Amino acid sequence: MTSMHGGDVAIVGASESTRLGTIPDMSVLELHVESALNALADAGLTPADVDGIANDVMPAYEVADMLGIRPRWLDGTSVGGCSFMLHVRHAASAIASGAANVVLITHGESGRSRVGTKPYVGDPSSLAGQFEHPYGALAPYSSFTLPVMGFLESRGMSRRDLAEVASAQRSWAERNPRALRQTPITVDEVLDAPPVAYPFTRDMCCVVTDGGGALVMMSAERAKDLPSANRAIYLLGSGESSESAIISQMDDLDSFGAFRRSSDEAFRTAGIERADVDHAMFYDAFAHLPLYMLEDTGFVGRGESGAFIREGHTRAGGSLPMNTNGGGLSYTHTGKYGMFAIQEAVRQLRGEAAAQVPDVEISFVQGVGMMFGAAGSLVLSNKEN
Amino acid sequence: MTAGPVPLPTPQTAPFWDGTRNSELRVQRCRACSRHFFYPRPICRYCQSSDLEWVTTSGRATLASYIINYRPLPFFETKEPQVIALVDLEEGPRMVCTLIGVEPRPEAISIGMALYVSFEERGDQMLPVFGPVEVRNK
Repeated sequence: MTSMHGGDVAIVGASESTRLGTIPDMSVLELHVESALNALADAGLTPADVDGIANDVMPAYEVADMLGIRPRWLDGTSVGGCSFMLHVRHAASAIASGAANVVLITHGESGRSRVGTKPYVGDPSSLAGQFEHPYGALAPYSSFTLPVMGFLESRGMSRRDLAEVASAQRSWAERNPRALRQTPITVDEVLDAPPVAYPFTRDMCCVVTDGGGALVMMSAERAKDLPSANRAIYLLGSGESSESAIISQMDDLDSFGAFRRSSDEAFRTAGIERADVDHAMFYDAFAHLPLYMLEDTGFVGRGESGAFIREGHTRAGGSLPMNTNGGGLSYTHTGKYGMFAIQEAVRQLRGEAAAQVPDVEISFVQGVGMMFGAAGSLVLSNKEN
Repeated sequence: MTAGPVPLPTPQTAPFWDGTRNSELRVQRCRACSRHFFYPRPICRYCQSSDLEWVTTSGRATLASYIINYRPLPFFETKEPQVIALVDLEEGPRMVCTLIGVEPRPEAISIGMALYVSFEERGDQMLPVFGPVEVRNK
């Protein structure tokens, strides 16, 4: 019997769009479709093999139809940038239960060029529209960032700790030709960069790009028959959770409960300890997120995240190489970075990353969505278990 | 009158916005567990009781966190930095608001500082905003 966790379900195809960055000649839908075809080719499959489809904002049936797929399983879970962590988890459940055999998960976003993108119109009667947008807590840089001064104050940390995150991640991006920001940057240079929203400067905020990515999943047993069988990546555990639609209603402003809940479930279902993890991807739309995530997912204790980064543990040769593509801060961020965090985990586990970490067997991926609204966690491995 | 998005009340939130038009900051209180909560809901967010009442808060709050936004969106019709805050009401609930009556400099703002509510005209609504206690005494 196939279980959703423990390595019974595998990611057999994984690819990003051919280009990342500024892609003014492709619409959102085209980015989905190109990424889907790239991922299917990576797996040695075609759209005809797919019977399950998932994505977030672009209706799943629209992507399926353009590829000529008539699915028997659809998932349109839309919880922002971590939607894809949830899609992976839901797809594993569907595959384990027999509701789908081969699931295609797609992402495409014209975050920079806005081609084929609906204009953003805030709903003035929504909770955010009534209670947060009128004050300017609307753009990600003026909303997602709001709890940070409280977080730093409660731990005796400072904005230097935010700058350390940006500098550490740039050290990975230097080695990645696909990263948007590749120039090395010191902590002082990060602090001296143009301010966006105090305490955040430019380099503490993610890049804004066009791009896409896709994943193909099936049972580990079925994956053995593929030409790409030796590159299969197995799902050991996963978790998901959510909290509030508005930033003021986080249960705690200096710790995100959904990170704690989703990661606890991921480690519990995987049956591993934090110390077993060789590599981590912590979704970083802004420099504070890896700090929250390091603490909330239990890799360090409360208040220890700043020192952990500063001491180099997340850099090359450190105990927990983190955001090794350069992250949202330096690599790419279309608006929903989660897909790219998963892609880098897969590359590291396959030994195919631009800045490859030696001997990665287990990667942990933590996503966030809707600006401290939702979370999804994955434990992935290149060993079946 | 300040420029920017204008909240559109729903039947559930109307008592809150009726309050601000009378210079009252109202939140709901649960009669079953005696706790106050924000935003408006049909049941208590802590104990799920539907035995609720609207109460007018003291207007006193403390600063929980803030940013100084150097990139106000165009519809605010200003290039001046916005101080956007999370404030903790004396009754317990936390809200987002604008800080008024403070210089938009980190040296002028401290976590935990005492604040008091006032109201600013925005379209056909009155927005609760917060400033240092001294502002209200003037």
